[in-house]
Amino acid sequence: MFKFLVKRILWLIPVVLGVSVLIFTIMCFTPGDPARNALGADASQESIDEFNEKHGLNDPYLVRLGSFLKSTFPEFDLGTSYINGSSVSEQILSRLSYTLRITYIGILISIALGIPAGIIAATNQNTWKDSLSMVVSLFCASMPSFWFALLLVMFFALRLGWLPTVGVKSWTGYILPCVSIGIGGAASIARQTRSSMLEVIRQDYVTTAKAKGQSRSRIIWGHCLRNALIPVLTAIGGQMAVLVGSSLVCETIFSIPGIGSYLVTGVNQRDYPVVLGCVVILSLIFSLTMLCVDLMYAVVDPRFRNILKS
Amino acid sequence: MSEKDVLLSIENLVVEYSSDSETVHAVNDVSLQINKGQTLGLVGETGAGKTTIAKAIMRILPDPPARVTGGKIIMDDEDLLELKEDRMQKIRGNRISMIFQDPMTALNPTIVVGKQIMEAIALHEKVSSREACKKAEEMLEKVGIPKERYSDYPHQFSGGMKQRVIIAIALACNPELLLADEPTTALDVTIQAQVLDMMNELKQELGTSVLMITHDLGIVAETCDCVAVIYAGEIVEYGTAEEIFDHPLHPYTTGLFGSLPNMAKEGGRLKPIDGMMPDPTDLPEGCKFAPRCHYATEKCRQGRPELRNMGGSHVVRCTQR
Repeated sequence: MFKFLVKRILWLIPVVLGVSVLIFTIMCFTPGDPARNALGADASQESIDEFNEKHGLNDPYLVRLGSFLKSTFPEFDLGTSYINGSSVSEQILSRLSYTLRITYIGILISIALGIPAGIIAATNQNTWKDSLSMVVSLFCASMPSFWFALLLVMFFALRLGWLPTVGVKSWTGYILPCVSIGIGGAASIARQTRSSMLEVIRQDYVTTAKAKGQSRSRIIWGHCLRNALIPVLTAIGGQMAVLVGSSLVCETIFSIPGIGSYLVTGVNQRDYPVVLGCVVILSLIFSLTMLCVDLMYAVVDPRFRNILKS
Repeated sequence: MSEKDVLLSIENLVVEYSSDSETVHAVNDVSLQINKGQTLGLVGETGAGKTTIAKAIMRILPDPPARVTGGKIIMDDEDLLELKEDRMQKIRGNRISMIFQDPMTALNPTIVVGKQIMEAIALHEKVSSREACKKAEEMLEKVGIPKERYSDYPHQFSGGMKQRVIIAIALACNPELLLADEPTTALDVTIQAQVLDMMNELKQELGTSVLMITHDLGIVAETCDCVAVIYAGEIVEYGTAEEIFDHPLHPYTTGLFGSLPNMAKEGGRLKPIDGMMPDPTDLPEGCKFAPRCHYATEKCRQGRPELRNMGGSHVVRCTQR
């Protein structure tokens, strides 16, 4: 177990390093002028040259990559923003909690809606309940989260006035963003739960449980669910990736001061340190979450525990 | 046999598997009686409807596609097929229990084996969960597994050990009737003997009646008091083990014996039964074995032969005998 953890944590290093190099390279070869963005369209040529010199933007690619990796990894210094000179690390730290809250509440909503919906669909296979939940989940899965977010705002905030349109001054502000990013995941998880549940219901050990005289509901919850969850966990892991992506857009739509909106502003303004800092942190969060998902396998499936031990 | 010794009687059972396009006639008008304390062997080829009969008794046929379309299964003057589901749940695992064919898949991989045994006890006996645990440990010991392995998962057991666990589950509540569906098919020959011995011992000890479903005549000879030979969902011959083994009458039964290697006869060739089981969606009229039977005449192909008494309890469904 301990060995597995250490091994997995060591694996984070090449993953985060690889992501950083990739993003740095992409940013390097993307058109756009950070100096113009930072100084404004009417800045003089001298001040632009001075800006590029100061931030090392005139250096060759490999030199810049080297100095970026050196400052980021051994020193954990993500640099300062080109635009306002604020420390990227400080900004990210103060924004981190918003992003974590939104993505994790989002994934909890996905799980809380998706798994029961999948179970209901599977246990009522080929009835109206099954068809209804599958049609709804197909609809939700194929809908982009930003569009759903806008619909929610229109209806619940503007038409009914129940919830704030933007901002997270109180907990009510979290409802719409979390629901809008969670709903797509809920749909995918529901479909995966349904199919793996149907698979499990046909297994011999379910017949054994029935032959013991166990009731149908106890069989579903006590015998089927845990076995059906194993492939669902994989789906949840995949949804985490999608969710981190949709949280970027949702933070912008709902003006939430999280890492996502910071990253989007950074990209728009060609603010390289901000973009790189955000991506490094997001890839770290994502990798750690996937590690947790993998550990969940061991909780659900005893066969996996042996793999951990060896 | 006198009436009072009958534990369970199946009367004219008909089971069909139906899909949109066709209907499989799996069990056709089967009547059987299982006596108290006795072992009845149900012998036949794969697909003859043996497992379907056992699952129909337990009412655990997958519905859809399976449907019992006729007949009665009487136990204590009650038709099991008419019972409400909650009454049936009290019978399953308690008065009637079942051992399944494949021990590899019949245990839940995410629950420790002890708990899977304990579950049956907790369901049917009014005991605290601690007592149920203790009883489950006793059951493990009874089937030859140390009780320290209570908290192990099925994947930590070998096939033979898993089958022991399944037998422990089936016998946990001292059932009156045990439906053993090819309990040794998936096991090594050495383990087969162990498992059969163990089942015999437990049967003696608990006085359980057994319906032994198998295609292995060796097992029948070793364990059964009476034998029913089933072909294409129909009983073709029934009698005591001696009657069937000493004087097999139905051409199908003799064919089954002809398919067994015999070490005593030197150089003898095996005489397998020619052809295949008839398509259960399109059974022949008349005797269902006629297309494969060397003795078949025109008479066999018209109208289904009735079971005829051949003396003692020996009955056979053949026009030629």
